[in-house]
Amino acid sequence: MMGLELRGLKKSLGGRVIIDNLDLSVANGEMVSLLGPSGCGKTTTLRMIAGFLEVDAGAILLAGKDVTNLGPDKRPSAMVFQNYALWPHMSAAKNVAYPLKIKGLSKAEINEKVEAALALVNLLHHKNSRPGQISGGEQQRVALARALVQEPDILLLDEPLSNLDAKLREKVREDIRELQRRLGITTVIVTHDQEEALSISDRVAVMNSGKIEQFSTPRELYLLPETEYVANFIGSINRFEGVLQNGEITAGSGVTGVRPEDLQITQEPIEGSHPGVVELVIPRGHFFEVVVARRDGKFRIFTNENIPLAGDSVHVRVKKALYYQDGKLIA
Amino acid sequence: MVIFILGPIVWLAVHAFASNWQYPNLYPTGLTLHWWSQVFLDSALASAMKNSLITSPIVVICSMIICLPAAYAVGRIKFWGRRAFMIGIFSANSFPKIGLFAAIATLYYSLNLMGTFVGVIIIQLLGTIIYMTWIPAAAFAAVPRSLEEAARDAGASKFTVFRTITLRMAMPGILVAIVMSFLAAFDEAQGTYLVGAPAIYTMPTEMYSLVQNYPIQVAAVFSLLLALPSVLLLGLARKHIMGGQLADGFQLK
Repeated sequence: MMGLELRGLKKSLGGRVIIDNLDLSVANGEMVSLLGPSGCGKTTTLRMIAGFLEVDAGAILLAGKDVTNLGPDKRPSAMVFQNYALWPHMSAAKNVAYPLKIKGLSKAEINEKVEAALALVNLLHHKNSRPGQISGGEQQRVALARALVQEPDILLLDEPLSNLDAKLREKVREDIRELQRRLGITTVIVTHDQEEALSISDRVAVMNSGKIEQFSTPRELYLLPETEYVANFIGSINRFEGVLQNGEITAGSGVTGVRPEDLQITQEPIEGSHPGVVELVIPRGHFFEVVVARRDGKFRIFTNENIPLAGDSVHVRVKKALYYQDGKLIA
Repeated sequence: MVIFILGPIVWLAVHAFASNWQYPNLYPTGLTLHWWSQVFLDSALASAMKNSLITSPIVVICSMIICLPAAYAVGRIKFWGRRAFMIGIFSANSFPKIGLFAAIATLYYSLNLMGTFVGVIIIQLLGTIIYMTWIPAAAFAAVPRSLEEAARDAGASKFTVFRTITLRMAMPGILVAIVMSFLAAFDEAQGTYLVGAPAIYTMPTEMYSLVQNYPIQVAAVFSLLLALPSVLLLGLARKHIMGGQLADGFQLK
């Protein structure tokens, strides 16, 4: 049984097609990212799964049950909002208790579950604090506890890390992943941050104008981007019009993409290398970014070996290239 | 500032307790509670107080019943003519009221509302509408949608969400509106006098005859009594209300 199935989803808003015939299957216990630039329809998709937006056509199945026509209150999903959406007039514990109160559980049961949920996110010491009194990261954990306490079939996260500072983001990301694995809960996370998507998910769906361009593991996504769009979006890439022949870009139909780390710099010519002049050298921390102008184009190279100086004459060899025709991967 | 704000109040307070205080005496000639007992024992003044304390709360409740649903609609639903509606309510308050009251008076005669309790309620209601629509509308509009969505997501029905989240979060604004409406109704004199006199006198309309027919000290006592509800209400509400709420209420969004 699938944790989540979207079948032929369609949605237009204000006369504009936002989601166009979208299919997606997420396995039970899997963590999947919807990744794309703003306006690609990822948040719209998530809001349709949660039930905040009605679909124009298609079906949504959660844990094998058709929920297409159910309101958000009747769906076995729980969402963590981008701005956390904690109720400011309630304490952390009251926020977490709210879904249980609605369900009509007894006071003792509610207390027990709220304590357990807050303990899960390490926030027991803040249970009586109001959202305005705790930090953004802590608010986020309260929101997560409020979602998890519902014991949902599927957890929906809308840009959960975008309001946190960079250092905290990495930690919270790992915490979320760890928790998700431990609880084995099917999770869909919406993000525009590729690093976040690649590091947290079992599989990533890259979206572009209301369609899924590629749905595969982070590894495949990076090594074998099925479309030119994905190749451009995930990581960086040197893009050339033409084909690679004898290690050189030559005129031809199609597009050749070369990842910056798939290029080799040498002082002396080697087999398949061609000469060029170094234009720019930028230390990027764990590696150097070198820009070399060859006869056939400019190459951006990430390397840690044979780091030249600007103005040096060097030789550059293409180790691996991706070839696209009409935007689709050929080889 | 202090002199401007507190000066008149002190002047009133001194008069209320002074047996006599007239130029060129720097201090009152004696202290007395005589004026207070005169106010409370005078049947006309007592009935005016009673009338005021009955009409004002009824006006506020009627105003809430009529205006709060409208405020919610204006605050949360984008419908055609929404701005015009709000500006219309505002501009009705920007003309001299006495003209409006005169027009209403002719209407009242034909409806036999002149000198009736209902007539007074309706007249006072008019002045509260602007507070009871604009301020709560802004309060409703300020409740983030995501907070309601989060509650829906947590399993709450639409009505439960309204009750536990929307209404609860708009409450400070509604409280401000209640206080302002109460004061508007309580202090309304022009229309009440026109419609109510001579059958029904409230505290402000009684002031008119008071100033003419009683010693100045009685008027001072009565003024203090008239100011009392405002001071009490604002004091009580201060805890829940910030000035911004009132200012926010009068912004067009």
